[in-house]
Amino acid sequence: DELYCRLYRTHIPTSPVQKALLAAGSGVAALLDPYRHDMVAVLGETTGELALRRLRDRMRGDPEGYQILQYVPSGEGGGAVPDPAVRPVWGEVGGGIPDPAVQYIPSGERERPRIRVSTLDLERLGTMPDGSFGREYLRFLDENGVTPDSRADVKFVDDEELAFVIQRYREVHDLMHTLLGMPTNMLGEVVVKWFEAVQTGLPMCILGAVLGPLRLSARRLQLLTATLIPWALRNGMNAHCLLNVYYEQRWEQSLESLREELGIEPPPQL
Amino acid sequence: MPSSSRKGAPKDPEAADLFFKEDPVELFSDLHEIGHGSFGAVYFVSKCIRTVYKVFENVAQKYDVMNDAMSLGIHRLWKDALMHLMSPTPGTLLLDVAGGTGDISFRFLDYIRSRQDREARRDTLSRQSASWQEITEAYQPGQSDTQGGVQAVVCDINKEMLKVGRQRAADRGYGTGLSWVVGNAEELPFDNDKFDFYTIAFGIRNVTHIDQALQEAHRVLKPGGRFLCLEFSRVSNPLLSRVYDAYSFQLIPVLGEVIAGDWKSYQYLVESIRRFPDQEEFKAMIEDAGFFKVQFHNLTGGVVSIHSGFKL
Repeated sequence: DELYCRLYRTHIPTSPVQKALLAAGSGVAALLDPYRHDMVAVLGETTGELALRRLRDRMRGDPEGYQILQYVPSGEGGGAVPDPAVRPVWGEVGGGIPDPAVQYIPSGERERPRIRVSTLDLERLGTMPDGSFGREYLRFLDENGVTPDSRADVKFVDDEELAFVIQRYREVHDLMHTLLGMPTNMLGEVVVKWFEAVQTGLPMCILGAVLGPLRLSARRLQLLTATLIPWALRNGMNAHCLLNVYYEQRWEQSLESLREELGIEPPPQL
Repeated sequence: MPSSSRKGAPKDPEAADLFFKEDPVELFSDLHEIGHGSFGAVYFVSKCIRTVYKVFENVAQKYDVMNDAMSLGIHRLWKDALMHLMSPTPGTLLLDVAGGTGDISFRFLDYIRSRQDREARRDTLSRQSASWQEITEAYQPGQSDTQGGVQAVVCDINKEMLKVGRQRAADRGYGTGLSWVVGNAEELPFDNDKFDFYTIAFGIRNVTHIDQALQEAHRVLKPGGRFLCLEFSRVSNPLLSRVYDAYSFQLIPVLGEVIAGDWKSYQYLVESIRRFPDQEEFKAMIEDAGFFKVQFHNLTGGVVSIHSGFKL
């Protein structure tokens, strides 16, 4: 009967058979048409349970990650279905960076930050100095013509916390691009996938990392294997877990210092 | 058939597990209860037309691909069987309700055309000494139009489905002979006693008030006209039934998600099939609407059934 208990707004409960079929079907669909992001998302959700648990445990073990994960259930009328789309309560405090000393979380709201156009203040990011993380992120969005709203909703993860973890992973993906200095073309995406595969261990990332290069030209493939993959692997292993970073509190930090803090080498020139 | 409300525990708890227990308040608005369904499940739907319409809007584009995937192509055989049972003659007028993408109407036109060809060939063969006039006439492309060129009217509540159907008709060269009308099966925009055949293939289970649709069917048919319904029905064989249920509930929503990116519409589809009355119940409903000589023919072990009746 648990099978039919919806755990979050976009949740679709599925049986093990359905998950297996979804994994196989979405895998084939994603291979046939890599631009079907919804199929890549489904593949990630149906194959990632083990990796997500490990990731969640890593987040719990890290103070910043723990803060991101924190959920305060609603005071009265408890039992409401948690909505990952609820905006975080912290907002404009002083220069935009909330004061961790003033952690007021009224009941019904929680940390669990979401990166969306509605929760990001893109204009404010634009006013930040060049070289700051926020400014460079905005530059990345503009140069590559992407928006933070393009991520699919989580549907097939049968645990509410793990669903948030994978949603956070999806939303942090663009920030990873910024930190790694990789564009959103096929080559850049493959490099980020290698990095993510090491960092998260998600089967979908591993598959993407291994199969992605098949679609690259010989010249790019050579560049990939000679410099980019070793760089991505090295950084993936040595860097701080990128899901344990509360990015929303870091916009004004300089990109260079953030990279240094997280243990990311400056990207090789493409 | 009066809608009998059956609240409370489902009759068959095991079968009840198959049902979508999501709070319907979130899916639909303005709820009231509809009764039938041998599972006795509680399912509140009002303004079902609007909700069903939304489901089909999503599926219209991928409808044909999904049909092939879900039935492994067998739906084509089912529709062929319907046409053979109908065996229409040239000069008859068909109303194909919920006929969105045109499958039945195309088969109707093909059947009549091939029949006309056969007759024409027989005529020319039998004539030993024909005048040039007669030979020329015999070689005319078979038309036999009635109603100013229209042989089949496709009626559907959903404009998107009709658009897809019209495009398919253009692609396959069924220019003349087809008319496309938006309409509701419970309230058809046609006069009484107009059609020789009324078909509804895989559409009647989506109608909120099936009895009204049957009455409308009776109204628009000419005396002597035939009602034909191709619809999913009850599988009586217990082994086949279990395989069928497993296939439906496990695979079909997955196919919907992978091919059409739409799990929920196909979950709805599988559930609507289970809610529909079985062969005998539906036969009784057709008789109640005033049809005579009502029969049903099971196909594929009862997975689908063709119900037929005559207006006298």
